[in-house]
Amino acid sequence: MNDRKIPEDLTKDQLLAMYRRMRLIRGFEDTAQRLFENGEIGGFLHLSQGQEAVPVGTCTALRPDDYITSTHRGHGDVLAKGCEPKYMFAELYGRTTGYCKGKGGSMHIADFSQGIIGANGIVSGGLPIITGVGLSIKMRGTDQVAVCFFGDGATAEGGFHEALNLASLWQIPVIFVCQNNLYGLSQPFSETAYDCDLAQRARTYHIPGECVDGMDAIAVYRSVKEAVDRARSGGGPTFIEAKTYRFLGHYVGDPALYMPPEERKAWREKDAIAKLGTQLRAWDYLTEEEDEAMAASVQAELEQGVEYARSSPIPAPEEALDDVYVHFDYAGNPR
Amino acid sequence: MREISYRDALKEALKEEMERDERVFLLGEDIADPFGSAYKVTLGLSPIFGTDRVIQTPISEQGFTGAAVGAAITGLRPVVEYMYIDFTTMAMDQIANQAAKFHYMSGGQAQVPMVMRTQGGPGRSSAAQHAQSLEAWFHHLPGLLVAMPATPHDAKGLLKTAIRLDDPVMFVEQKLLYNTTGPVPEEEYTIPFGLADVKREGTDCTVVATSMAVLKALKAADLLAAEGISIEVVDPRTLFPLDMETIVESVKKTSRLVVSHEAPERGGFAAEVVAQVSDRAFDYLDAPIQRVCAPSVPPPFARNMEDYVMIDEHKIADRVRKLVQGEI
Repeated sequence: MNDRKIPEDLTKDQLLAMYRRMRLIRGFEDTAQRLFENGEIGGFLHLSQGQEAVPVGTCTALRPDDYITSTHRGHGDVLAKGCEPKYMFAELYGRTTGYCKGKGGSMHIADFSQGIIGANGIVSGGLPIITGVGLSIKMRGTDQVAVCFFGDGATAEGGFHEALNLASLWQIPVIFVCQNNLYGLSQPFSETAYDCDLAQRARTYHIPGECVDGMDAIAVYRSVKEAVDRARSGGGPTFIEAKTYRFLGHYVGDPALYMPPEERKAWREKDAIAKLGTQLRAWDYLTEEEDEAMAASVQAELEQGVEYARSSPIPAPEEALDDVYVHFDYAGNPR
Repeated sequence: MREISYRDALKEALKEEMERDERVFLLGEDIADPFGSAYKVTLGLSPIFGTDRVIQTPISEQGFTGAAVGAAITGLRPVVEYMYIDFTTMAMDQIANQAAKFHYMSGGQAQVPMVMRTQGGPGRSSAAQHAQSLEAWFHHLPGLLVAMPATPHDAKGLLKTAIRLDDPVMFVEQKLLYNTTGPVPEEEYTIPFGLADVKREGTDCTVVATSMAVLKALKAADLLAAEGISIEVVDPRTLFPLDMETIVESVKKTSRLVVSHEAPERGGFAAEVVAQVSDRAFDYLDAPIQRVCAPSVPPPFARNMEDYVMIDEHKIADRVRKLVQGEI
């Protein structure tokens, strides 16, 4: 087994950080689900338990000044890029201390100070936008890169094709990371296209395309790292399809009757967090005690985050009228 | 003062702002020389600024609008061109859900300093998919500003302001205005958004008009003046923000109001003006407010049918005459 071989391209600290971040995402999602089911938070909640290896593997290959766009199922992506749970919980609670001051909620969490251009409630919405981010990097002459996270559901949208065409035409430093969790809401991905080989589809746009095991954070990291190195050195865009799985339904409240029980069980057995934990122990990077201590510290961070959100100020209702324009109030008066 | 065309006024605004701020760049279909865009506004700019700043895109409205959003939120100031306002339909997600919403849904973190130039309007037998006047859609969207210049002077001053603002702007030109000419100062000037212009003073009736309707209203004013009827023509210039003060002051003076635009009447911008005047100047009105707009049908092709649905100076003058003479 490769599990015996210690990676040479990732340090122990990096690997432990990846492991902790994946557990933080899982814990965040589990906590958010509980809060939603308790009625403490509302709106829509699209959770990503099972998909943690993709954002964490990807963002481990990024610098703080690189950009990401994300999706309606974006908690894991933005956490992987650096969002803090306490400000995310505050957003889910609709508090003034949330990333979007309570105006965005789960589907719009963004932190522009960390290049997190935001989750997006429109399937494929981030794809055309990422071409502009890439164009901006190129025009400004920096060596940043931009990652676009999107789901398999986005691949049948027009915006997907327009974005791949522009990225290829302009040779911009963009990495398209498709989190193929096999379902667009209830629709199996296999029923959405005659040919479901997405990497092949990307190659028709002359974009290097690769399919990776999205349940293996290290494999994702390596694939993205190669793409990032290529993009930074002027080599243009890359397309990565990460095959992964959504352990739960489309949103909290969806029993996911369309996902066969045996399929769900098989993917649960591929859990990327358990896999990395096993590897870390095999490499003597992590003792049982350290593993438990990490679990406790993740739990404490999440609990403190929830407490921070609960004790944060509720916005005045009339704050709904702010932030519509930069130069005018919502009624059009200059400010 | 020198006179230049509406087209050249717009071109000057683009050129001056691109010289002034290297973050400004153009994005759109067929905008580079030798074609220089369908209505030739960008003709001559790619030789000056290069095709790295006059970026000719594939026919990909959703793609290049998204590209503009992405560039705007990461520090650049794109000016996109939709060849026809009818084609904004292909980019609606990026306009309505992304550009218009980013500032708000990010809690004020993001700014989207982008200008969407386009043109609409009937008059050239362009038919149902190349002659619409869709400004009401954009006017309805919180998060967008909407400008609609009628003269070369306003076109230049408003476009320069639009490019300097940090909010997304839908900048709606009119295909038959490009060849019209008018006085434009040689020296630098800008026109603030939210400041109406009284294009002609009068005492008997206010006509609020936008874009091409302003020119028609001014012709109507000449027809009516010969009959001893004096109308005041108010051009809001920006639909949002909207300078209601100037409109209300005018209505208080004339006690009558006609609102005119080329777009279909139902749910059009005129309805908003009517509602706001009813709220703020009801007691000053001597007659019901009237709208002179297109009937709510798609633009037809045949010349005689197109003429039938288009507004003109006679339709505006007839309505004003009836109002002033107490027939309405």
